[in-house]
Amino acid sequence: MTSLNKNKVKIKSQDVEVFYNKFQALYEINMDVEENRVTALIGPSGCGKSTFLRTLNRLNELIPGTEVKGQVFLDGQPIYSRDVDVVALRKKVGMVFQKPSVFPMSIYDNVAYGPRIHGIKNKYDLDSIVHNSLQAANLWDEVSDRLHSPAARLSGGQQQRLVIARVLAVNPEVILMDEPASALDPISTSRLEALIAELKESYTIVIVTHNMQQAARVSDYTGFFLNGYLVEFNRTDELFVNPRDKRTEDYITGRFG
Amino acid sequence: MGAPAGDRWLHKRQVNEVRNISISTTSNNIDFAGSTSKADSTARKVTREAVIEKLLMISAGISILSIILITVFIFARGIPLVTQVGLSNFLFNLTWNPANKIYGIGAMFIGSLGVTLVALSWAVPLGLAAALFIAEIAPSAVGSLLSRFVELLAGIPSVVYGFFGLIVVVPFIRETFGGNGLSVLAGGIILGIMVIPTIINISRDSIMAVPMDYKVNSLALGATHYQTIFHVIMPAARSGIITAIVLGMGRAIGETMAVVMVTGNAVIVPGSILEPVRTMTSNIVLEMGYASGDHQAALFATGMVLFVFIVILNLLVNMVIKGAKKDGLS
Repeated sequence: MTSLNKNKVKIKSQDVEVFYNKFQALYEINMDVEENRVTALIGPSGCGKSTFLRTLNRLNELIPGTEVKGQVFLDGQPIYSRDVDVVALRKKVGMVFQKPSVFPMSIYDNVAYGPRIHGIKNKYDLDSIVHNSLQAANLWDEVSDRLHSPAARLSGGQQQRLVIARVLAVNPEVILMDEPASALDPISTSRLEALIAELKESYTIVIVTHNMQQAARVSDYTGFFLNGYLVEFNRTDELFVNPRDKRTEDYITGRFG
Repeated sequence: MGAPAGDRWLHKRQVNEVRNISISTTSNNIDFAGSTSKADSTARKVTREAVIEKLLMISAGISILSIILITVFIFARGIPLVTQVGLSNFLFNLTWNPANKIYGIGAMFIGSLGVTLVALSWAVPLGLAAALFIAEIAPSAVGSLLSRFVELLAGIPSVVYGFFGLIVVVPFIRETFGGNGLSVLAGGIILGIMVIPTIINISRDSIMAVPMDYKVNSLALGATHYQTIFHVIMPAARSGIITAIVLGMGRAIGETMAVVMVTGNAVIVPGSILEPVRTMTSNIVLEMGYASGDHQAALFATGMVLFVFIVILNLLVNMVIKGAKKDGLS
């Protein structure tokens, strides 16, 4: 269990608090997310784990009345500051959502969407980005012969991998995943988990999951959220085997949640 | 509005039934009279239901029948003349001279298309931009206020638009561009105003129906709001936007009163948008008062052409919607 060397801190959350109008959703969240690791966020519904995830790419701002206090650092640079380019931030910090939402266009155009938005027009470049991204998302072999058919015709599991390919195409450094497997069948889920294990070689991954077995299987670090507080954050093997907090123990042994 | 009225009616019925029972109980054997009356009212209920069912069926039948009758009538009067003149001659001959029995609606066909195109050329971009503003950019309070105004715009009678055109737009064109003002341009401006509510309403609804997920996903990929609008939301709303344009076109081609008032109605192929023009609809309304015989039949044939045009546009809309469904859109 000592094989887990300390990696460089990729994301540092410092006293993060989030308010939706009067309602406080998060209290003083401090967390260091290490590079090339999978960090899982677990906890019961409404505990704030998804809210926290969305503070990492400033997606909470889409909801009117949201206020974020504290600071998040990406590679040591604050992301909550006036002169931060949100577009550049979201390019670096990609996100995969619970429900795979493919755009109503072809498979190719879905993957090429991000690069095109960011100014890549050359057909040859786009072709190779699409190919590499689909390959990295373990989808290439299944769709290589129908890149130009509508993405909506793919199965749920394929759509979720397409969404991941779409995120990879933007060449992010961090990938946030918000319950990416909750709409998938067990086979698709295990494929996705295998993919996450491959992706962490090149990316830093933060994943929100309801499924504790999944957290235990895929992650290196786990944070347990409850009622807006980060109750415990530790190496996954430590947290599941030897929880320090009584509430964590109750949750992972299934006493509530 | 239907439901409360129905409730009242139901309530009234129940009161009546109760009264019936109480009357019979006082006058006769309690159990026996009570049960017959109940059976009676159940039977009456059943007949009443049947009557209502029939009434609804008849209402539906009448509306469908009237459409069929009008269609049959128009075609019955129009087809003989068209076969007599020849379809291509009728459609493309530029001379309309009923006194000499020359029936060609070519000029008016071009007139209808011309006025419609001028109208759409500015109403489509403006309407789309307004729909985008209401659906995507304006705060929701402002958006719904604007929507109210758009609905108001749609409710103004066409003769009022025509009058406005005649008093304001026509003199403006006369003074600014020359000519007498009664022109394709005047028709296009007025028709455009009339078509805008259709375009705004339908495209706004289809833009608003685009799943929020698309937007969030696009923004999360680092796209700006405007990139998201133009590269994801608009394409996703494409079928609704096309429907809006086609229905707007149908409304423009079918509009009569306002067009008659501002286009000058000369049966010529206009050389520019500042020259007068007569549309197919105008032709019918201008000459129906004194037309008889073949002349009248030719007007019906004009109506037939309009009818076919509108049917084609509607089929087009259906095809667009079906095609979109097949692609997993909307």
